[in-house]
Amino acid sequence: MTELIHLSADALSQKLAAKEVSAVEATQAYLDRIDAVDGAINAFLHVNTDEALLVAAGVDKARTDGDTLHPLAGVPIAVKDLIVTKGQPTTAGSRILEGWQSPYDATVVRKLRAARMPILGKTNLDEFAMGSSTEHSAYGPTRNPWDLDRIPGGSGGGSAAAVAAFEAPLALGTDTGGSIRQPGAVTGTVGVKPTYGGVSRYGAIAMASSLDQIGPVSRTVLDSALLHEVIGGHDPHDSTSLTDPVGALVEAARLGQVEGMRIGVIKELQGEGYQAGVLTRFHESLDLLRSAGAEIVEVSCPNFRYALSAYYLIMPSEASSNLAKYDGVRFGLRVVPEGTPTIERVMGATRAAGFGDEVKRRIILGTYALSAGYYDAYYGSAQKVRTLIQRDFAAAFEQADVLISPTAPTTAFKLGEKLDDPLAMYLNDVATIPANMAGVPGLSLPGGLADEDGLPVGIQLLAPARKDARLYRVGAVLESLLEATWGGPLLAQAPEITGGK
Amino acid sequence: MTAVTDEVLSFDEAMEKYDPVLGFEVHVELNTRTKMFSSAPNAFGDVPNTNVTPVDLGLPGVLPVVNGVAVESAIKIGLALNCRIAEKCYFARKNYFYPDTPKNFQTSQFEDPIAYDGSIDIELADGTVFTVEIERAHMEEDAGKLTHMGGATGRIQGAEFSLVDYNRAGVPLIEIVTKPIVGAGSRAPELAKAYVAAIREIVKNLGVSDARMERGNVRCDANVSLKPKGQEKFGTRTETKNVNSLRAVEHAVRYEIQRHAAVLDSGTPIQQETRHWHEDTRSTTSGRPKSDADDYRYFPEPDLVPVVTNDAWIEKLRAELPEPPAERRKRLQADWGYSDAEFRDVVNAGVMSSIEDTVAAGVSAAVARKWWMGEISRRAKLADVEPAELGVTPELIVELNALIESGKINDKLSRDVLDGVLAGEGTPAEVVEKRGLAVVSDDGPLLEAIDGALAAQPDVADKIRGGKVQAVGAIVGGVMKATRGQADAGRVRELILQRLGVEG
Amino acid sequence: MAEINRDDVAHLARLAHIDMTDDELDRMAGELGGIVDAIKSVSEVAGDDVPATSHPIPLSNVFRDDVVGETLSNEEALLGAPDNADGRFKVPAILDGE
Ligand SMILES: [Mg+2]
Ligand SMILES: [Zn+2]
Repeated sequence: MTELIHLSADALSQKLAAKEVSAVEATQAYLDRIDAVDGAINAFLHVNTDEALLVAAGVDKARTDGDTLHPLAGVPIAVKDLIVTKGQPTTAGSRILEGWQSPYDATVVRKLRAARMPILGKTNLDEFAMGSSTEHSAYGPTRNPWDLDRIPGGSGGGSAAAVAAFEAPLALGTDTGGSIRQPGAVTGTVGVKPTYGGVSRYGAIAMASSLDQIGPVSRTVLDSALLHEVIGGHDPHDSTSLTDPVGALVEAARLGQVEGMRIGVIKELQGEGYQAGVLTRFHESLDLLRSAGAEIVEVSCPNFRYALSAYYLIMPSEASSNLAKYDGVRFGLRVVPEGTPTIERVMGATRAAGFGDEVKRRIILGTYALSAGYYDAYYGSAQKVRTLIQRDFAAAFEQADVLISPTAPTTAFKLGEKLDDPLAMYLNDVATIPANMAGVPGLSLPGGLADEDGLPVGIQLLAPARKDARLYRVGAVLESLLEATWGGPLLAQAPEITGGK
Repeated sequence: MTAVTDEVLSFDEAMEKYDPVLGFEVHVELNTRTKMFSSAPNAFGDVPNTNVTPVDLGLPGVLPVVNGVAVESAIKIGLALNCRIAEKCYFARKNYFYPDTPKNFQTSQFEDPIAYDGSIDIELADGTVFTVEIERAHMEEDAGKLTHMGGATGRIQGAEFSLVDYNRAGVPLIEIVTKPIVGAGSRAPELAKAYVAAIREIVKNLGVSDARMERGNVRCDANVSLKPKGQEKFGTRTETKNVNSLRAVEHAVRYEIQRHAAVLDSGTPIQQETRHWHEDTRSTTSGRPKSDADDYRYFPEPDLVPVVTNDAWIEKLRAELPEPPAERRKRLQADWGYSDAEFRDVVNAGVMSSIEDTVAAGVSAAVARKWWMGEISRRAKLADVEPAELGVTPELIVELNALIESGKINDKLSRDVLDGVLAGEGTPAEVVEKRGLAVVSDDGPLLEAIDGALAAQPDVADKIRGGKVQAVGAIVGGVMKATRGQADAGRVRELILQRLGVEG
Repeated sequence: MAEINRDDVAHLARLAHIDMTDDELDRMAGELGGIVDAIKSVSEVAGDDVPATSHPIPLSNVFRDDVVGETLSNEEALLGAPDNADGRFKVPAILDGE
């Protein structure tokens, strides 16, 4: 069954439609693969075997009955455990939600169910999506399929690793400062952060409401477009949801055309702090795009250098408020200290025991940034920087149709390497954060392996708000040019995973 | 809990030395069908934790969506308070932990309320008009309901645990905040009551709230401070929370003025704190002092987008506003034909709307006034509640009146019937039946009783025969006594005169 | 680095309702001091003429019709509750006993 799990979602959906393979076979193949390798990867916090097979069987029956089915019906998918699902646990990677089951489905999950995509399970993440390495999960780190001693990125390391390790053809992630794109970069997979509001956030456990966005994780650009069209579109349950139609994303990915397009290289997102092997692969990608008829221009976004700082004020501020609800009253963990404590003391003890260090750090930082006397200097100023970043983007998109940069400054680092140095950890997101601050869409795709360590490098494309289609149009071209130089998908070069059981 | 009794100065003495400064925060619950940010029903009295969606419990992943009708209600209240309406305003999060607050923040408004800079004229009992300036009216959500268990009479003090019902969590609230009210002097308590009554009248008249204080639809936090006569600078204020009847507002303001005066007289500064009102002792006790824990870390609610208004929208809503209360009063007085004095009494008794509803239900303005200013006001005074809070409906009055007019019962019996209905014994007709209250209309037993009464007072009978018809009252009284009030007094009089062969 | 001291963190932890040991307070004070030093430059970047952006994509007047929708049953509402009684969420005493 090895070939089956190596198929792209698009190829699998065609085989399903042609009845060359059944949904149950495909789903079982992925469940077998999870069984075989996830002991080594730890991408899944929960495997949803029975329900996934039941949904798959339903698809097979419907197909036999001649029902009209969604193209992705029967194509399995993994869901980041930050997104609530009825009938399965949702933990957000935190002890504080251990054992909790949502009584409702996230809007994106409803859409997956409507398309009849079997949900394989819930994937690991940094606790409440706070991290860039998935080491901040309360349930142990996820490992990078390219090197089990290295991090798979974060916070969506579980989704990216699951797709990279062929444990799922598709996955959902969430991206607040790069949590879809940076794991995509370091695992050699594709990840897309849609335009803010393009995909409903209803049912995605909030970290920073004005930055969070759900998006697709896949092995090909086209597969992300297919999934993006399933999950995108207006949702009346999310007040920040756009009413614009999702757009012809799949068509853009199939068309894949860059001739005459202007592609802007962001001056500030390269150079110092970027690994040499990352920059080499990045420049090769620029050459390929140029060869395909794109015009490469340089743009300057001078305020991007403040983006990380502003992000680390806005994100924790919103998070400190969003995470106040975890108090041991209505759901989740309750810790009762000795004696006959008051509810205040129960809340304090519950949150002390239920949250990990990084979550506490961000809650305290956010509480500080919002507190009396500091608001204007910190939160208020960060919001102004946000305006400046938006202006930089606006000016850059005057000169270019899409922007391009490395997704992350380095390849995957070793587990534990940056765990005790929060500032070093935060720097991983320096190139991905500006898109969240401005709400514009971004895509990361594999750009090859860095010479010095043989690990995947990510290329990031950015488009103006609501112009997500451009990402797929350019991404598909670059992907096919790169795969031509590699002689096949990058993941074909990944090592065998051993020691899984 | 032992009640701490504070020293108080007599009100008159306090008024000789100090000028009171008042301020009010009135919370009005809107009567929308659904909550402020979720589609759960906005309903009172249902099974706990059933009028809830995941949003109202603050479950992980949920998002709020604004109720458009609530926004329009807020704008209407702003217009009725002669406020300016914000061109653009945001929702904001007010962060604090409390178990009745599902997200541990209240979604409210902060820097830019939807309505601001208004004023209303408050008419006091003697016709004096006092202008109260409105600082702002903003939109927010209510909290859930806590019930304290295991302690004394449901109090939070001494409770072993508490139970939370989130049915009320998320109910739309409009918080109306006044600017400091100076210059009311000794009329401050009266003005306080009249202000809250006016707000209640306005929102009820707008149709945006049921405005039932006994259900918490209108809740008042009263701020009081004193400044020595002649001093410009305001004193330190206290905020008495949740004063939830008109009388209590008056009493609480009066009490706080007296208490502040005693504290200031003793040379101690007033502590800025919240106070709790106790209806039983008609006094306040110390709540929580202001502390650095009151750092609410407001910031714009990122999950909600701003409200942007325009002239066309505001003018459309202005056109939908009902007649303003002052004009309404003028019209009602004319319709009902009450004298100025009669009408003012009705207004002061707080029964104008009740009379309006009762007239609409089908009795004459005179009959409606007789009930609301008579028996119902009397009972309200005894129970120390507002007449409208007794539970007497216009329909009940119509039924009682019909029973009287048909001669089935008389005025006196109607009070017993009212007792029965209020005690839950059924409809007026059912109560008449069950209590055996019907007027004795068969002349037979009446004649028997009349003969008895005449025989018992032969001298009176003689007087009547001799033409002193007014003496008949004594015989009527005897008959009524003998029939335990269940006779129609008019018919009894007729029969007595007939019996004695005298012209009425 | 003197920006945030241990008492500041203790105050913030109280506001945030997270119990912290003395060791944690010390460590957190050091870490936060470092982070704040690294990011405090934002306060100098933008002048008064730059408006704040709270929402990345400008939208306004997103309203819901006032129509009752589906609700949770009492059982569903209480399903995840750590403790409940009488159809309601049960919490320890709010005020300290005597
Ligand atoms: Mg208030
Ligand atoms: Zn309020």
